[in-house]
Amino acid sequence: MTLLEIRDLNVNYGHIEAIRGISFSVEEGTITTLIGANGAGKTTTLKTISGLRKVHSGSVFFDGKDITNAKPYERVKMGLTQSPEGRRCFPGMTVMENLEMGALLRKDRRSAAYREDLERVFGLFPRLQERVKQAAGTMSGGEQQMLAMGRALMARPRLVLLDEPSMGLAPKLIRQIFSIVDEIKAQGTTVLLVEQNANQALKRSDVAHVLETGKIVRSGPGEKLAADPAVKAAYLGGDV
Amino acid sequence: MEFLIGNFAELTITGLVLGSVYALVALGYTLVYGVLQLINFAHSEVFMWGTYAVVWVLTLLGASGTSSLAGAAGYLAIALVAAVLMSGGVALIVERFAYRRLVRQNAPKYIILISAIGASFVLSEIMGLRDKIAGFLGLQGVLGDYVNNPRNTSTLPVEIKPEPVLQIGNYMVRDTELLIIISALIMMFVLDQFIRRTSFGRQIRAVAQDPEAASLMGANSTNVVRLTFLIGGVMAGVAATLYMIKVGATGFNVGFVLGVKAFTAAVLGGIGNLRGALLGGLILGIAENYASGILGSEWRDVTAFVLLVLVLLVRPSGLLGESLGRARA
Ligand SMILES: Nc1ncnc2c1ncn2[C@@H]1O[C@H](COP(=O)(O)OP(=O)(O)OP(=O)(O)O)[C@@H](O)[C@H]1O
Ligand SMILES: [Mg+2]
Repeated sequence: MTLLEIRDLNVNYGHIEAIRGISFSVEEGTITTLIGANGAGKTTTLKTISGLRKVHSGSVFFDGKDITNAKPYERVKMGLTQSPEGRRCFPGMTVMENLEMGALLRKDRRSAAYREDLERVFGLFPRLQERVKQAAGTMSGGEQQMLAMGRALMARPRLVLLDEPSMGLAPKLIRQIFSIVDEIKAQGTTVLLVEQNANQALKRSDVAHVLETGKIVRSGPGEKLAADPAVKAAYLGGDV
Repeated sequence: MEFLIGNFAELTITGLVLGSVYALVALGYTLVYGVLQLINFAHSEVFMWGTYAVVWVLTLLGASGTSSLAGAAGYLAIALVAAVLMSGGVALIVERFAYRRLVRQNAPKYIILISAIGASFVLSEIMGLRDKIAGFLGLQGVLGDYVNNPRNTSTLPVEIKPEPVLQIGNYMVRDTELLIIISALIMMFVLDQFIRRTSFGRQIRAVAQDPEAASLMGANSTNVVRLTFLIGGVMAGVAATLYMIKVGATGFNVGFVLGVKAFTAAVLGGIGNLRGALLGGLILGIAENYASGILGSEWRDVTAFVLLVLVLLVRPSGLLGESLGRARA
């Protein structure tokens, strides 16, 4: 089943056309990846899907409904959350408060289901459980990345957007983060991943798209794109 | 100097009373600044409208003569509700008409600032021209008691006689003074807990720290901004009631000086910081009193600003510095 569908999307910043007519869809239960060089428009795409940027033209469908003009909170309510580029944890809040912010729109915060989701996040990121009372701003980059992902999962989303979760992390931590992405999928949450770490990302994606200056220039199963000589030459250079 | 030493207790207590009012009004500046990084110049008028609510309600209820604080308690409780509703309502109107559209369109800060200054003038002039406005509406007869001589001072219809209740040093603290200080501290405590512990409070802090990330969590930033203005308005309404208990008179232009002082208190404590507003307000109130005790009362207002400049030279971010966004749990 198609969970997310982007149709002929155009997004501008003033006169800059950041996204120029892209279309793709995300099937439920899969990992879909967008790769592309700096400035290709990956973050802009995710921001638009979350409702932080207005579209110039085109549309976004989630679970069959047109959400092109929906407010960000309406999208969260429908089960679409994001772990943004640069983590963006609330620095003055504790780990626990950050996780609670992730569950802001949930009405069941005293229920067993909520406890279960918290346990699930702590299961994925045991480090967070050890640090529940620490201020997010004092945590290491890797820990903040875990927190940002955990926070995005606390809404119990159907689709989670991950914008460069491996950015700035040591190789060992990168592998760990990617195996957690696998686990998120295994637990039934659909993932739309944006990555510069193309090799690791492509290996585990069901579908991947290559973005170049606002356009999709190649699409296909992750393994296949990883083997594509053109993709290899452009994106798989100094990968870990 | 001898005067200061001889009257130290009195100057301190009355300084705390004044400072409590500054602090409550300062909260409105600091909250809005924390969330929008903008100074709400119309906040002084939110306070001023609250003082009129107190006068009008007591007039409407037919309060008159002189009364002890305890004797007027019933009236004052109703006046408090009216002032809170009035100031809260005016704050929401300011948010709706002077801010919302500009904030949503990401207008440059100076434009929003000017919009707020404009709202401030409009609100004080509506009050100052209320006889004319009532005249246009043909209501001057009905509203006579409330709109006559709008540019003169309006006084409470009942005079509240303070009674000494507690000796501190060589000064007998009055019941009104005790009430004002304690009420302000209670309001500050409740607000502090609200911001730290509740889900609404967490949402306000989230928007203050990172509005975009807060949206991604599902925060409705329009609602958060509205809530912030409302809380500031409620605090100003309480401040207005306490002010009227102490001062007993108001005018369409009382907001200006008091607003500037409260704003100074907020900056002194560290704008965006709730506890800073309290600290800044109390220090300012006391410092003004000491200075007018030593130098004479004409030095009162000068002191406030000399103090501000001195503190900012040493600590540019104010005494407690950190912003609402950084406020730790
Ligand atoms: N706020 C903005 N104002 C103006 N232009 C912007 C803004 N944000 C992004 N852009 C431009 O839009 C284009 C796409 O940027 P985007 O952040 O989506 O790229 P990206 O693929 O995520 O890059 P990176 O890998 O570096 O994160 C770039 O040319 C960028 O300069
Ligand atoms: Mg990016």
